[in-house]
Amino acid sequence: MSEDLLTVQGLQAYYQMNYFGVRREVRAVEDITMSVRRNEVYGIAGESSSGKTSFIKVLAAAIRPPLRIIEGSVRYNFDGLSVDVAQAGKAQIEAIRWRHLSYIMQGSMSVLNPVRRIGRIFEDYASRPLELTGEALRERVVAHLGRLKLGPEVLSAYPHELSGGMRQRVTIGLATVCHPQFIIADEPTTALDVVVQKEVLGLIREIQQEMGSSVVFVTHDMSVHANIADRVGIIYAGRLVEEGPTRQMFFAPKHPYTAHLVASLPRIGDTMQRPALEGRPPNLAEPPSGCRFNPRCPLAVDKCRQEAPPLETVAPDHRTACWRWRDVAPLVQPAVKLWERA
Amino acid sequence: MFAVLRDLIRYNIEFAVGLVLVGIIVLYACLSFFSPVDPTQIYLSIPDQPPSAQYWFGTNSRGQDMFWNLSFAFRNTLIFGLIVAAISRVISITVGLLSGYLGGWVDRVLMFINDIFVAVPSFPVLVLFYFVLRSGLNTYSLAAVMAVLGWAYDARLIRSVTLSLKHREFTLHARYSGMSTPKILLQEHLPYVMPIIFATAMANMIWSIGMEVTLAVLGFTNINIPTVGTTLYWANNHSAMVVGTWWWLVIPVVLIVITFIGLFLLAVSLNEYIDPRSRLRRMGA
Amino acid sequence: MTGYLSFVLKRVVQLIGVIAAGVSASFFITHLSPINPVDQAVDRITARSGFRPDAIAELRAALTELYGTDEPLLVQFASFWGRLLQGDLGPSLIAFPTPAMDLVMRALPWTACLLVVTVLITWVVGNLLGGLAGYYQNNRFLKAFGIVTMGLQPVPYYIVAFILLIIFGFLWPVLPISGGFAMNVRMGWSWEFAFSVLQHAILPATSLVLVGIGTWFLGMRALVSNVVTEDYVTYAELAGVRPGRIVRSYVLRNAMIPQLTGLAMSLGGIFSGTVITEEVFNYPGLGSLLIDAVNGGDYGLVLAVSSVSIAAVGVAILVVDLLYPVLDPRVKAE
Repeated sequence: MSEDLLTVQGLQAYYQMNYFGVRREVRAVEDITMSVRRNEVYGIAGESSSGKTSFIKVLAAAIRPPLRIIEGSVRYNFDGLSVDVAQAGKAQIEAIRWRHLSYIMQGSMSVLNPVRRIGRIFEDYASRPLELTGEALRERVVAHLGRLKLGPEVLSAYPHELSGGMRQRVTIGLATVCHPQFIIADEPTTALDVVVQKEVLGLIREIQQEMGSSVVFVTHDMSVHANIADRVGIIYAGRLVEEGPTRQMFFAPKHPYTAHLVASLPRIGDTMQRPALEGRPPNLAEPPSGCRFNPRCPLAVDKCRQEAPPLETVAPDHRTACWRWRDVAPLVQPAVKLWERA
Repeated sequence: MFAVLRDLIRYNIEFAVGLVLVGIIVLYACLSFFSPVDPTQIYLSIPDQPPSAQYWFGTNSRGQDMFWNLSFAFRNTLIFGLIVAAISRVISITVGLLSGYLGGWVDRVLMFINDIFVAVPSFPVLVLFYFVLRSGLNTYSLAAVMAVLGWAYDARLIRSVTLSLKHREFTLHARYSGMSTPKILLQEHLPYVMPIIFATAMANMIWSIGMEVTLAVLGFTNINIPTVGTTLYWANNHSAMVVGTWWWLVIPVVLIVITFIGLFLLAVSLNEYIDPRSRLRRMGA
Repeated sequence: MTGYLSFVLKRVVQLIGVIAAGVSASFFITHLSPINPVDQAVDRITARSGFRPDAIAELRAALTELYGTDEPLLVQFASFWGRLLQGDLGPSLIAFPTPAMDLVMRALPWTACLLVVTVLITWVVGNLLGGLAGYYQNNRFLKAFGIVTMGLQPVPYYIVAFILLIIFGFLWPVLPISGGFAMNVRMGWSWEFAFSVLQHAILPATSLVLVGIGTWFLGMRALVSNVVTEDYVTYAELAGVRPGRIVRSYVLRNAMIPQLTGLAMSLGGIFSGTVITEEVFNYPGLGSLLIDAVNGGDYGLVLAVSSVSIAAVGVAILVVDLLYPVLDPRVKAE
């Protein structure tokens, strides 16, 4: 296990707020244990307000009050450099930031400073981690842009002068120019049309394979995971409820929530209406007792309401947190070869 | 509406303070309805008395009880500010909504006119009006002139909001269902613009009252109507500072500054209410 | 570059339109009134001392010819523009027979210098402090400064100037409170004169800065607290871009753009404030001249001052507007 690039152990991260003397606590991340291997794409799925955004904020070492790490460790093992985000000081985080640990954000159109030339933006981002300046830095950037099929002339352009597709490439280039070993991609394809989405996915995959880095890819869209992820982890109400190889997650999910997510994907030629999941995602300030999915779960029994199931290994590389994982199979819709679209 | 007010008072300290300050001044101005003395009469009391139990704000060199005199002055000044704000709001709503919604040449013509009113310094123009009207420049004519000068900035603001509303779904629905343009503007768009109108009305009152004070102090209005400005004019005229009747100047200045700060706090907190992003920041971390 | 050129051209045309409209408006305001400027001037002059009737008649005839009040309004309007373009609006009454334009041109540099210096100080300092206050929201000094400006900002120019006058004129008389320079100093290019001018400018300038700085401080603070939530700032912070660089090139740089538009739009109001401040401190600029002209019933001089100030403010707005594309590269593309 020591060779894993990222190891998360028993992580708890809460929002602690204070409204006029009234303390409020939102348990956004509750006891997550997982790891990301070298050279893989790990997909994280979950509804909005499931805690996945808070989880990746912790992974990206972008923890700001009111979000706090309560317990656990988030350890990165970069070549010869081991850092626990939960313990590390500012200087340690600065040392890995962008050099080893990089981030692709949603909305590539708005992450570029509109009044600064692309070249200057690259200087701002890459000069410190690469320890390069002037001509040497420029050469490095130009070479990297070439890999993304962008000419050196974009360096003297302002963001608004580039087409949407070019801006996407520039953004990916900005995140990968330092050849980071770990890239967090936070819904990078959300709000893009399907054609551009596919291009961006291809680009990220390509760069990842070329540099041998690991990517944590976050999106609520399961079909995107089918296309890009090696393994997928499902987060529900702040907990990791299931994790496994992508193929198995789609064909043989072992958690009713995953089964629901997969079942609700549209299929070619299928006109059947799908039942929506009843109820709403739980309020993380007052989560339900027992398994957090129990109020919406078609399989829920008394035990589920009383005791939270642990995450147990049910097949090689496949873990789930459900008391009734053996009974999930009938919920699974006939298998589909989603990833063959890729 | 009342829920909004209650929330503002409870969670927005600036709004609460502003409301209290303006409330005090309004109450004080309302006292003038029960005044035992006529503010236009002079030499009814002993001149130059410092503040005392009998004369709370002292008396001035013209033998007027400053407490009642200033009460009238504030009533006139506040009424003046309200008139200017009301008329200029009507102009800026009309211009802003029409310009933003209709666009095209209507927009271009209105915005050209708007540019002129934004660029031309209002003080020299007001002085011009005094120059030709002299004492014909009373509270109402001055208010009308100021209203005509003071709508441009806010019309631009309303226009930009209307522009963004124009392309929203509900406007299209209204249009496709055959709603007439005036109806769309008044029933669909005006409610969105309302908070802006309240906030800018406060700012507009600060501006118009400040201008009135300035003009009056220079003697460029009808100096026989008691307003805050004319009070200061008479104080200067009698060299209050040199003579030592400091209360004649200090009390009106303190009260008018309270008025301005109160109105300003109301405007700022309403602005914050309009822009939900700043409201969220206040609630979060 | 052609983009910028057409931008400049459009602005210049607009400026000419604005000035023409403003100046024409002042002409019509003064000429549509029922009051005859000739009668008024004659009344004022004859009220001061005894004049022989024939001298009065002569004066009336001269003034009628000068103002052209016996001609139709449109002819007057045309000849007014003709004379204005030649820079000749007739002699002033209060300083007869000095041409009104000469008085205006003598006063203009005082006002222009006072205005340019104070606007620059106010805008730069106000925006810088406001920007820092928006970014470092927990800084004690900046918080205190915010509260003070919040109290000062709504107070009109006149009151602030007046309070300064009381403090430095009566309570603690260390600074000159009246005039543009000391009486005993000869006007010219000397250190003594320059020092005296600076000394006399302190109070008027301070009162203008005190009132003006709040607008920029509060505006910039609000703008910055919006800009810091923009993706490009969040992302740069995540990437570990140097904080100094983020504040300067990402936050302030972007928040500055609307503040420049704000400056252009508020120059008219700032000029009005200068007029008042000048009067309080007896500063020899356009404001004092305008008020003297009104008090002296000097028709030509009033028109001259208002025309020139409208044009001057218009030109100042143009200069600010032309800087806009330099700050915002997106404008050029349009």
